[in-house]
Amino acid sequence: MAIKEQYRICQTTGLRVYKSAENLIKANAVVAVVFLLVGGIFGIMVALTRWKAVHLLPADWFYLALTAHGINLLVVWIIFFEIAVLYFASSVLLGCRLATPKIAWAGFALMLIGALITNVAVLQGNSSVMFTSYVPLKADPSFYAGVILFAVGALVGCFVFFGTLVIAKQEKTYEGSVPLVTFGATVAAIIAVFTIASGAIILIPTFLWSIGYVNHLDTLMYRTVWWAFGHSSQQINVAAHISIWYLISAVTLGAKPLSEKVSRGAFLLYILFLQLASAHHLLVDPGISSEWKIFNTSYAIYLAVLGSMIHGLTVPGSMEAAQRKKGYTNGLFEWLRKCPWGNPAFSGMFISLILFGFLGGISGVVMGVEQINLIIHNTIYVPGHFHATVVAGTTLAFMAVTYLLVPLIFQRELILPWFAKIQPYVFGLGVAGISVFMMGAGTLGVPRRHWDISQADAVLPYDFPGAANLMMGLNGMSAVLAGLGGAIFIVVVVGSILFGKKIASSNEPVAAEEEATVVSEYGSEEHPNIPGTLILVAVFFTSFVLYYFVNWKYLAEVWPLR
Amino acid sequence: MSVSPPKNKIWWNEPVPKSELMWVIIAFVWGLIMFFMMVYWHAYGEQNLSNEAYRITAEDFSAKTQTMVDKYTVREESGYPVVHPPVGEDVYLIARLWQWWPILELEKGKSYRLHLSSLDWMHGFSLQPVNINLQIHPDYEMVITITPTTSGEFGIVCNEYCGIGHHQMLGRMYVVDNEGT
Repeated sequence: MAIKEQYRICQTTGLRVYKSAENLIKANAVVAVVFLLVGGIFGIMVALTRWKAVHLLPADWFYLALTAHGINLLVVWIIFFEIAVLYFASSVLLGCRLATPKIAWAGFALMLIGALITNVAVLQGNSSVMFTSYVPLKADPSFYAGVILFAVGALVGCFVFFGTLVIAKQEKTYEGSVPLVTFGATVAAIIAVFTIASGAIILIPTFLWSIGYVNHLDTLMYRTVWWAFGHSSQQINVAAHISIWYLISAVTLGAKPLSEKVSRGAFLLYILFLQLASAHHLLVDPGISSEWKIFNTSYAIYLAVLGSMIHGLTVPGSMEAAQRKKGYTNGLFEWLRKCPWGNPAFSGMFISLILFGFLGGISGVVMGVEQINLIIHNTIYVPGHFHATVVAGTTLAFMAVTYLLVPLIFQRELILPWFAKIQPYVFGLGVAGISVFMMGAGTLGVPRRHWDISQADAVLPYDFPGAANLMMGLNGMSAVLAGLGGAIFIVVVVGSILFGKKIASSNEPVAAEEEATVVSEYGSEEHPNIPGTLILVAVFFTSFVLYYFVNWKYLAEVWPLR
Repeated sequence: MSVSPPKNKIWWNEPVPKSELMWVIIAFVWGLIMFFMMVYWHAYGEQNLSNEAYRITAEDFSAKTQTMVDKYTVREESGYPVVHPPVGEDVYLIARLWQWWPILELEKGKSYRLHLSSLDWMHGFSLQPVNINLQIHPDYEMVITITPTTSGEFGIVCNEYCGIGHHQMLGRMYVVDNEGT
């Protein structure tokens, strides 16, 4: 029953690219980047408003811009790009045609229409309810309807991905097990199904409430179920961008997993435990027991953190092994020095790995401690943390992989190579600043989602320490730097797609052999030494332990509470 | 490579490299330590959130607060009653659009049962510069026992977005040194 469909062979990687998958990957990636631009502009406006000396927007516009920033980046940009990644990891990596391309296009249309509807609702100014839309704050019904349509479209994309896996198996386009990257993408898709189901469970009643068919929604119920959607959707990102780390190390360095079993096992822990993290948001809410909080916030004794810590060793470890095999064996770190730092795909991936681990990972675990959350909840420390995970981690990894997709999928050479080369550094530095300064301001008690901490027109004003304003100013400057990095990315990528030199395509039937050579490039019999990675991991672990206990110390200084 | 199927088809039988195994064990043990740290703090730490909460209507909570205000108001400030309840008494704080009401005056080193609830939307209780942060829901009455250990004037910031007046929603709390009562 095999369907004959046009494909071409990528002349550099030997991968088989089917027309249907190629077009869908292009469409999803392009739309994603457009929403990155929109959301990024709103983000800069938000940061400039919180910079006291600039204080750009009036209050109503600030809350509107913050809502638009959250929705467009946390949801629209990331999910569109993830759908492109899913299609790539199934169809392209397995050399298989995409399942039901027409249905995939329908899903794409639903997502696009949903995103537009929600954006119109937000821009009309009557839906400034933030990304979280906590009841009883009420948005325009079309706000919820748009998000629901978007989610349904994304669900369709997940099932097209699963369908493609089935076809690849049936038509025997690969032998043995799926590649690690496809495995990781499968984990992301499974978490996505759970996430979208939770979203439906909470947003459909909220939509009905907004049009008057349901008269009351319990706020605690809302937060509990909404975060099963809101937090889990960030866990899709983790699984997706870790897959991309493996993908980029394979393509740029020829890295293979140190141990398939360990890397896959770590991904498996994500499926089983990551979703419990919605509890991170409920640690200081009334009406939930400490037992529930402790079990869930720790992902059942930190088993998902275990997964991430494993990837933290195996990703750089696989790079070190590949580099040492090439002969870069001097000292502890020659392998790292000789990495292709001028290739934005590689440098973007490595910066993403470092910032996600050190800034995002450590802060996430610390603020997720039940008691420590008392001194962090809803302060600007929280956005500080998740800008390290979702922007420095996910977004930068997605940018890095885009530098590979442009030649492979769009068949264009990059324009402005010098700008492309510095882009990950500019963006990475900016985002690191955003994260660190927001976390710093958060420890001084600065609230998140707040138009004016100088509280000029409040009846009972409270003065934050001067250092808080300094931190928010530095945050604004970092946001401008990150914005510059984002702008370079968009100019380079859009410019390359439109004006880049075309790369000749070919569908030479020698394809089958070419692919086979890729498959059998490395054996997995020997276990290489990775001393450099062990040092990096030891530094990471020491920072983790120190920062963890420093925060217990901070907590112990607060008023006793029971 | 990571982008191609494992060369060894029965990869699950490959032995795990020692360095990886060691790291998995360290990470797992660290997870256990972090988990039991939270349990330990419940037994021996001083900063724990109580599990005490009740369902309540806005009217009932409002009435309870009003009773306290009527009994123990000592002065007025910017239109807010300043309430100095007797030590050990239950004290109430209302969160509503867009104020924390009333102003509480507590004594240093004494414990109070503080009841918190919202009359309308969700709010965020953020006591500054102490930096204690709690989520305040409507229809839920949260009860915590709090012991101020520093005296002075404290701000209560709202750190849950609650509409256009969110940034003006500020309250105040005073902690005074023990007056020798």
